[in-house]
Amino acid sequence: MGKKMHIQMTVNGKAEEFLAEPRELLIYTLRERLNITGPHIGCETSHCGACTVTLNGKSVKACTVFVAQADGSEITTIEGLGTPDALHPLQVAFKEHHGLQCGYCTPGMITRATKLLEENPNPTEEEIRFGMAGNICRCTGYQNIVKSIKAAAAEMNAAKEAAE
Amino acid sequence: MSVRKPLPHDAAPLHVTGAARYVDDIPVPANCLHLAFGLSEHAAGTLTDLDVSEARSAPGVVQVWRPRDLPGPCDCSPSNHDEPLLSGKHIQYLGQPVFLVAATSHLAARKAARLGRMTVTPRPALLTIDDALAADSRFEDGPRIWEKGNAAKAIDSAPHVLDGVIEMGGQEHFYLEGQACLVLPQDNGDMVVHGSTQHPTEIQHKVAEALGLPMHSVRVETRRMGGGFGGKESQGNALAVACAVAAHATGRPAKMRYDRDDDMMITGKRHDFRIAYRVGFDDEGRLLGVDFTQYARCGWAQDLSIPVADRAMLHADNAYLLDNVRIESHRLKTNTQSATAYRGFGGPQGMLGIERVLDHVAHAVGRDPLEVRQANYYADAPVDRLDTRGPSAPSRSPEGISGPKKHGVGEAELAEDMASRGAASVVPAGPIPDQGPGQTTPYGQRVEDFLLNEMTEALATSCDYAARRAAVQAWNDANPVLKKGIALTPVKFGISFTLTHLNQAGALVHVYQDGSIALNHGGTEMGQGLFQKVAQVAAQMMGVSMEAVRITATDTSKVPNTSATAASSGSDLNGMAVRAACAQIRRRMAVHLAELFENAPEHVVFDDGLVTVGGHELSFAEAAKLCYEGRVSLSSTGFYKTPEITWDRMKGQGRPFYYFAYGVSCSEVVLDTLTGENRILRTDILHDCGASLNPAIDLGQIEGGFVQGAGWLTTEELVWDAQGRLRTHAPSTYKIPACSDRPDIFNVALFHRRNPEDTIYRSKAVGEPPFMHGISVLMALSDAVATCGTGYPMLDAPATPERLLAAVQRVRDGV
Ligand code: FES
Ligand code: FES
Repeated sequence: MGKKMHIQMTVNGKAEEFLAEPRELLIYTLRERLNITGPHIGCETSHCGACTVTLNGKSVKACTVFVAQADGSEITTIEGLGTPDALHPLQVAFKEHHGLQCGYCTPGMITRATKLLEENPNPTEEEIRFGMAGNICRCTGYQNIVKSIKAAAAEMNAAKEAAE
Repeated sequence: MSVRKPLPHDAAPLHVTGAARYVDDIPVPANCLHLAFGLSEHAAGTLTDLDVSEARSAPGVVQVWRPRDLPGPCDCSPSNHDEPLLSGKHIQYLGQPVFLVAATSHLAARKAARLGRMTVTPRPALLTIDDALAADSRFEDGPRIWEKGNAAKAIDSAPHVLDGVIEMGGQEHFYLEGQACLVLPQDNGDMVVHGSTQHPTEIQHKVAEALGLPMHSVRVETRRMGGGFGGKESQGNALAVACAVAAHATGRPAKMRYDRDDDMMITGKRHDFRIAYRVGFDDEGRLLGVDFTQYARCGWAQDLSIPVADRAMLHADNAYLLDNVRIESHRLKTNTQSATAYRGFGGPQGMLGIERVLDHVAHAVGRDPLEVRQANYYADAPVDRLDTRGPSAPSRSPEGISGPKKHGVGEAELAEDMASRGAASVVPAGPIPDQGPGQTTPYGQRVEDFLLNEMTEALATSCDYAARRAAVQAWNDANPVLKKGIALTPVKFGISFTLTHLNQAGALVHVYQDGSIALNHGGTEMGQGLFQKVAQVAAQMMGVSMEAVRITATDTSKVPNTSATAASSGSDLNGMAVRAACAQIRRRMAVHLAELFENAPEHVVFDDGLVTVGGHELSFAEAAKLCYEGRVSLSSTGFYKTPEITWDRMKGQGRPFYYFAYGVSCSEVVLDTLTGENRILRTDILHDCGASLNPAIDLGQIEGGFVQGAGWLTTEELVWDAQGRLRTHAPSTYKIPACSDRPDIFNVALFHRRNPEDTIYRSKAVGEPPFMHGISVLMALSDAVATCGTGYPMLDAPATPERLLAAVQRVRDGV
């Protein structure tokens, strides 16, 4: 057993503090230590995107981040995006536009898509397709995922305009 | 009205918030064991010594089992009792589980699983089809042969004859959620299993058998899978049996989740096939005689290979009327993973065989492949068979009780609804070809519901096939390097399990006194929307809103003796079983309420959350309460078995399928003839789901199926090295389609036509058939390659850039 390290992080707005081996992978920290099971394990080699979370404002694959790298960071998972009564527009769109089948990829997809829309609030279909290329879905053929993201972008832009 | 609506998946609110639970998300007791297999490093040989002492003393390890430490063989086979949980003396493939480790954490178990020392006297491994043929290594005593007419004679007397071979690779399922299982030991030695499985009953059976328990001592629960695609029909057995063995030995809960690499190394995949053909045809490209030899590489154990190979034979005709045909099928045993069920179950391979023949013949006669395909189609069914909208006989339905006005079965009203939704024209244009008695498949089933002439015309028009064919030609004339290709291909897929007794299903429905309804059936949810569709059926039957219906996890203690959720049969079978259960309860309620309000049961109407009896109107909840107080049983089972099917697989004769599902797709591709790189520019699909139960879910199945099918035939390549080691055992080396690989333009439409057979609300199965639309992509690539010279591409699958370049070279050389 390696030496344990003192880790602090904020996950979905909640401060967490614990001792962990530095090489513990963030996906295990989230799923097993903190019982946050929305981010899933699909490949553990950073290829599928099922484990995508937002770390200090960037999309990362939690299966290839050491907990030591995440020390002091701010993390958002699917659980931190909205509540059942106040869903994030992307969550609504994936639900309404059938952006999911088995749902295993969905938390990672939506988490990645929030970043995509932050970086580019008005993406073309092409930009969505390439922007989401790091997240694999084996079920949907992506058609409805792209549709969902487009719909959410339109919704968010309309809301922004209304607010201005 | 809840059927026919494009409602979202029942668990969508859970999925979008990350709250949907998969096996790996179930909280486990603190003393839970985590398991991993130690795997063989050899493909074939004799295990002379197995030293696990190092693994036993590794950190966190609680127990290690060698084969001899198991309570028995612990067979995991779904068919032939030839799959011991751990390989004994005889190593059968590289990646085969040899010992089992239980540790206090997943990582500790995985680390220890690398520490076994195996002494193996290697034997030359049979890895390929040719290896197996040379050694006559096979399942069943010899090839299976089915015949119709006289193929040899017809070919010999035909004006033209061609020979060819197509090789098609296997396919990794890559369900995004890997195999996983959790077993919780109970008092009395009973076991509760949470499995990610398409077949809870089989898990129950295998666990009970391994532990020497009666089946009633094992309860299997499956809430959902993160994708299955056939890969969780039998491949979860090993994990469940391993966990049960560990739980039984230690009294502790046990959990096993394959790491992705292990999953790909251990579990079976789609069968790769070689199909050799000899075909005789006329100047127009009409097929006069076809002879197929299909070789299926089945791997080390029988698993489901026999019915898979049968289904490949059953789809050797696809959409084409073959008067003289012979199909020979070899089921070869090799030292590789045991190939298993995968969406289409052999059908895609058989179908690709004949599609290649059509492509080859069209090239030889110099006609557009689409014309040659159409010239060989079965004739469309006469419209009176298809348009069964007239008054449906209520006596045939068990639930004609709620009166004529609102709807008993609802068939007539649903039919109206279909028409009002602007469904595709119900009456086909043009003369109806006469369907003579001779229109039978190679296995003697009459083709009575054929739709593809009309569907092909409709798609060719909507996708502008003729104009785009000309544009492709013009492009190719002007561009020496980037070549385009286009192809329009049909799908006719048989629906039913070919093992006739599997075509049955059960359901259990409870109505509670507050009017809420709990629903259980034997089908499992893997993302296909089965639960949603079946809930819609229940809501429709009871005349309540969707919110009133809750489907609970599939559970072998609620519905026993279920079949796998496979063969696309989920909603056909379980929808009917649920309908029968609901009809039973509705009938009992109607009888009681009629008595109460002095009316006739047939005047009790269930609709819109209300129950009306003459002038009285009650909420469904009030009605349920009254029935409860009137001591009416509000719980019922339901059962369904598919009618009319009979099948003799030895002879290859009968009616294995209740009906066929149809579809057509057209794909256009561009190919860089210097690098082999390619893209799908546009795909159009028209697909037949009968009168769809949920059009949104069906569209999703079609889109997802197509992309998966295109992946099989283009980028997804499995490579074994000379030692039998699968080299493509991770997503880094095995390329499944990403979001950016999707066609630039992708149009998918449903062909709305009621199923002439009496299926659940006249819908059709949709899980597997769309997969085969991927064939249009391979044929479009072949079309692009063919423009490079005079030869025929002979393009194998998957059409990787390497294979495409080789094909371009062949065409240039004019071979
Ligand atoms: S599990 Fe992290 S990318 Fe697949
Ligand atoms: S919905 Fe199943 S992997 Fe995306």
